Amino acid sequence: MAENEVVDTAGTGRSGHGAGLSGRQVRVRAMLQAAGMLPVLVILCVAFHFMTDGRFFTAQNISIVAQQASINTVLATGMTFVILTGGIDLSVGSILAASAMAGVMASLIPGWGMLGIPAAMLTGLFFGLLNGVLIAFGRLPPFIVTLGALTAVRGIARLMGNDTTLFNPDLPFAFIGNASLLGVVPWLAVIALVVVVLAWFILRRTVLGTRIYAVGGNPAAARLSGIKVWSVLLFVYCASGFLAGVGGVMSVSRLFAANGLQLGQAYELDAIAAVILGGTSFVGGIGSIWGTLIGALIIAVLSNGLILLGVSDIWQFIIKGLVIIGAVALDRARLQGSART
Amino acid sequence: MAAETGGRVPRLEMRSVSKTFPGVKALDGVRLKAWGGEVLALMGENGAGKSTLMKILSGAYQPDPGAEILIDGEPVAIADPIAAKRHGIAIIYQEMALAPNLSVAENIFLGAELRRGGLIDRRSMYEQCRPVLDRLGAPFGPETVVGTLSIAEQQLVEIARAVHARSRILVLDEPTTALSSRETERLFALVRQLRADGIALIYISHRMAEVYELADRVSVLRDGTYVGTLDRGQINAEALVRMMVGRDLSTFYKKEHDPSAVRGPVILEVRDLTDGGRRVHPCSLQLHRGEVLGIAGLVGSGRTELARLIFGADPRAGGEVLVEGRAVSIDHPRHAIDAGIAYLTEDRKALGLFLDMTCAENINIGVIDRDARRGGILDAAAARRRAEAAFRALRVRAASPLVTVGSLSGGNQQKVLLSRWLETGPKALILDEPTRGVDIGAKSEIYRIIDDLAARGIGIVVISSELPEIVGICDRVLVMREGRIVGEVGGASGRPVTQESIMTYAAGAAA
Repeated sequence: MAENEVVDTAGTGRSGHGAGLSGRQVRVRAMLQAAGMLPVLVILCVAFHFMTDGRFFTAQNISIVAQQASINTVLATGMTFVILTGGIDLSVGSILAASAMAGVMASLIPGWGMLGIPAAMLTGLFFGLLNGVLIAFGRLPPFIVTLGALTAVRGIARLMGNDTTLFNPDLPFAFIGNASLLGVVPWLAVIALVVVVLAWFILRRTVLGTRIYAVGGNPAAARLSGIKVWSVLLFVYCASGFLAGVGGVMSVSRLFAANGLQLGQAYELDAIAAVILGGTSFVGGIGSIWGTLIGALIIAVLSNGLILLGVSDIWQFIIKGLVIIGAVALDRARLQGSART
Repeated sequence: MAAETGGRVPRLEMRSVSKTFPGVKALDGVRLKAWGGEVLALMGENGAGKSTLMKILSGAYQPDPGAEILIDGEPVAIADPIAAKRHGIAIIYQEMALAPNLSVAENIFLGAELRRGGLIDRRSMYEQCRPVLDRLGAPFGPETVVGTLSIAEQQLVEIARAVHARSRILVLDEPTTALSSRETERLFALVRQLRADGIALIYISHRMAEVYELADRVSVLRDGTYVGTLDRGQINAEALVRMMVGRDLSTFYKKEHDPSAVRGPVILEVRDLTDGGRRVHPCSLQLHRGEVLGIAGLVGSGRTELARLIFGADPRAGGEVLVEGRAVSIDHPRHAIDAGIAYLTEDRKALGLFLDMTCAENINIGVIDRDARRGGILDAAAARRRAEAAFRALRVRAASPLVTVGSLSGGNQQKVLLSRWLETGPKALILDEPTRGVDIGAKSEIYRIIDDLAARGIGIVVISSELPEIVGICDRVLVMREGRIVGEVGGASGRPVTQESIMTYAAGAAA
């Protein structure tokens, strides 16, 4: 028997998973996975439009939804980096509050008010770095470290304003929260989009992005293939902290104020919900930033639509929670149906 | 081919079993007979259909219409795993199905716990387990927590569960994969005991030596079809390989590179490398350009641990590593890779591959930073070129480099992992169990690749538990025992590279 023939029979792999899928099948499946929750978003929008007698799809309302989604999108982007490595960052809400406090304090410096922006972002970066160092070098579990930071940084945020609300009625960067690019697209939404596109670029087009997926997929293999896992972990927690700082700037620019106690409460939960709705795997290694964007939009549309319908605050909570669980259950069922024989 | 066993009715007979998955015919008219009181070995490459056949037997899959399954001559339908259990069928898989947090007795009674007045009756469970465990020679009691047992002992618990359930057909799926040689001996004794008790055993294995030792008959599957059955007297390696792949053994191992490389320049030198004596006592070795150096030894002799020390995967306590005569400082695998050392892990799924990532990403992960453009931006074209070239060079059989590596067969996964290391341009390549969990066709291809690489001047270290493999492809062999290099055969030692010469060192017979 000719050798080639033998080799071919050896490789056909009849057990049903030998030959794999064609490149096109893979791309189609990847698109389906990325688009995962898009149908849910579209259905929600259309449903709200009819239920509110056409009050949903108006230029003004869409602009409001975009603004409402923007801060959560920025936080969820940082969260996507973290969850892709198999970690979690529970501290982003508290970091946002501390960053916002720093932002308002710096904006009150006469003549140097614009310093509020870098002050907030650097504050976020600092706390993110702290998380990262403890997780990457201290080898502590991310859940524990960021749970601790959730509490401790909240305390620091309150300390920064002596537990009062800081105001700056003449905030020099107030345009961010109140003006629109070319009078159409709110600056908040522009920032969120830029952050998402940058994150996409990092995840899909850079060495670092590939390594984030590798570390999340298999940390032991990542180390053995020469990846310095600590540097990847350090990056994702820094990114998450920094983006919480950006979120702080965005909050301050809308409110002209910051309060260490109330600002950013439970924001981490919305960010995590957006990431999970977006189909990113909680164990790491699988997920996309587009999914996160759609997840954040679903959450914003849901809030907005329920408000338009006049649903009470209490019921909004209940409905939002159920939709999150239901949407993810639906997604799992759909993927199981198509992925395996 | 085989004679029927004395006209007795077989305990189990499967006739014209076919199984079609969407787009794939996994089994095509397969038949199988097993008698009580005998060991039937079931052999075949990965993907030959052994697992599918056993899943049909266990009720996990339903065969296509037309299949017949008879137990003691009576046709039966196995609709689900519970029905299989009722018919006395037990299957012990490689991945054990035990609850690690429960006791041995609780595992044995799992799903059929004894109760008294609605409460679990542990004492009666213990009492009923004890004779079973005693008869199997278990060194642990029924109250032991399963998670604290070794793999071999957990296997014993599974067997005890089957015995306790009065199983009459017992399937063992590659049971020795994770066992040491001593544990394997013990398992064999147990298999013989169960055979004497009249149980029909079906033993799935890749390892010829085990089949010689245990099997009364061997049935071979290939590409989902039944090839034939050999009786005990007819079993030999040539015949089995021919049946499994349709080719002779003589072309199986390949050693065509220049064996005089053993005297060439030293490419990698290890001096007194140790982890402080936990697993590796000071070890020294020299690897020459174009040489294939084997490291043999029993499982647990410190071979993998030594390789990991060289590669910087574990912290070292002393010793040094020289590449081409220059000492290199290696505290992280990254440093080893930069120095020209590559290490293919023995556990490709847990420590090697990123199963959810594409083949291309898996191949490129070690070099993406070298290829990257300014600012760490991926060079997609270079990555595609490398992946496509690697696919051609190693004949990886997958639809495209863009499929996820987890969807490939074991042999193709191994080729992808090997490609990753070849792309880093190693001078010294350490291969830890390079053909583990790989089917026979891919095995012989990996031997060819190793031979080619040596011919191109790469120094290669092959760590393997399969002695025929070590003897078949290595120029020189170091033998490890209890964390030390205790002997050398081939090369300048003057001793021939044979299984016997290696075993004398590995077992500690020679000084």
